[in-house]
Amino acid sequence: MPEIKITDQNFEEEVIKSNQPVLVDFWAEWCGPCKVMLPVIEELAKEYEGKPVKIGKMNVDENPQTVGKFGILSIPTFILFKDEKPINQQAGALPKEKLKELIDQIL
Amino acid sequence: MQKKEFDLIIIGAGAAGLTAAIYAARRTLTTLVLTKDIGGQANLASHIENYPGYDSTDGFELMDKIKKQAEKFGARFLMQEVKEIKKQDKYFQIITTQSKFTAHAIILAFGLTPRDLGVPGEQELKNKGVSYCINCDGPLFKEKTVVVVGGGNSALDAAEYLSKIATQIYLINRGDSFQGERCLVERIEKMKNIKVFSNSEVSEIEGENKVASVRVKNNQTTQEQELFCDGVFVEVGYVAKTDLVKDLVELNERRQVKINRNCETSCPGVFAAGDVTDIAYKQVVIAAGEGAKAALQAYQYLQQKQGKSVKVDWGI
Repeated sequence: MPEIKITDQNFEEEVIKSNQPVLVDFWAEWCGPCKVMLPVIEELAKEYEGKPVKIGKMNVDENPQTVGKFGILSIPTFILFKDEKPINQQAGALPKEKLKELIDQIL
Repeated sequence: MQKKEFDLIIIGAGAAGLTAAIYAARRTLTTLVLTKDIGGQANLASHIENYPGYDSTDGFELMDKIKKQAEKFGARFLMQEVKEIKKQDKYFQIITTQSKFTAHAIILAFGLTPRDLGVPGEQELKNKGVSYCINCDGPLFKEKTVVVVGGGNSALDAAEYLSKIATQIYLINRGDSFQGERCLVERIEKMKNIKVFSNSEVSEIEGENKVASVRVKNNQTTQEQELFCDGVFVEVGYVAKTDLVKDLVELNERRQVKINRNCETSCPGVFAAGDVTDIAYKQVVIAAGEGAKAALQAYQYLQQKQGKSVKVDWGI
C-alpha cells in the first residue's frame, strides 16, 4: 500500500477517525529537505504494509486548514496521530530509523 | 549481516562528501557515507545558477543526482549521526547513534551549521516560529509579521523574499549599516513593509507554544522594546560544529578543520573537504572539487599503507 494522500477534506476521515495510528508528513514542493524525505516516506509505507499503522503525506500549500490548526511553522514536520489526537510532533528532515522508532513505540 | 568494516568512511553528504564518495567508489575503495542528511546546505538553495554545466538547477535536484551517481559506483549510505571517532593503532572506530564501524581512512565533510542567536527562548521555540531556513519555512508565514535577524547578504535576501509573502518584516541588524551588497541594501530600504532596526539585537524570543514576540534592545540607547511577531528568521552566518573531532585533528580559530593543499588534516588517515575546512570560498563547486581531492589523497594513503607504491596524481 503506498502512502495515503491526506487533504483538508479527508483529514477527519483518514486521520482523526482512523482506528489505527497515522503518521503524517507535512511537505511542500518548494522545500528541499521535504523532497529528501518523500522517498523515505514511500519506503516506510511499504515497510509497514500490513501493520496496524497508516503513513500519509499532506501538501501544506493545498491544505491550509489543517496546517493552520496544528500550527505548522516549519517543514518537513511529522505528526503521529493516535486516538484522535497528535501524540508526537517532529520538525526537520529525519533519518528513517528515527521515524521507525516513533512508530514502533506505539505498535 | 550489515557490513561493518570499510576502507573509507565519509562523514557528511553535501557536495564535498558526495563527490568524495564518487571518486572513492570509482577507485574501488569500499566506501560508506554516514550522514544526517543528503545534500547539506545546498538543499536549502532554491536556485543554483553557478554550477558549471547547469543554467539553473535546484539544490536538492543537483545533490540527488550526485548521490545517485555515487551509489551507481558502489558507495553505500547510512542515515546515522556520528557520535564518536576513536583512533586505534591501525584503524579508526566510528560510533554512531545506532552502530559501530571500522574505517582505514576517514574524510570529514560535514560542512557548516547555521549559527544560533544564543538568546532565551530560541531553543524552546525552534520550529515553532524560529527558523534558520528561509526557503523551507518562508512561505508558511503568508500575511504574517516576521522578524529577520542579521546584517549580511543572507539576512537581506531573507527580508526581500519575505517582503513578498509576509505583511510586515522587522529587520534587526547589530551594526549601524548592512554588510551586504549595495544594490540589495538599496532595494531593502525602499520596501514599504520592511522596517529596519539598526544597532539593535534580539535579547529574547517569547511565546508559549509558538513565537509571539521578541525583545529588541538598542545597543546605543540600551532601550528595549517588544515587537509582536509570528516568526523569527535567524540569518547570522554559519559555524563549524567540530566538537566531534576536536581531539583528533587540529582546528583553526574559527573551529574549522585545518587542512593542507591535499586535504590532509593533522592526523594521518583523516582527510577533510568542503565547508568544514579552513579553505576560502564556501561554494558548491569548490566543495565538490575538494571532495574529489580528499578521496584521491585517501586512496593514495591506503595504497601506501598496504605497501603499494602508487602515484595517483599523474599530472606531476
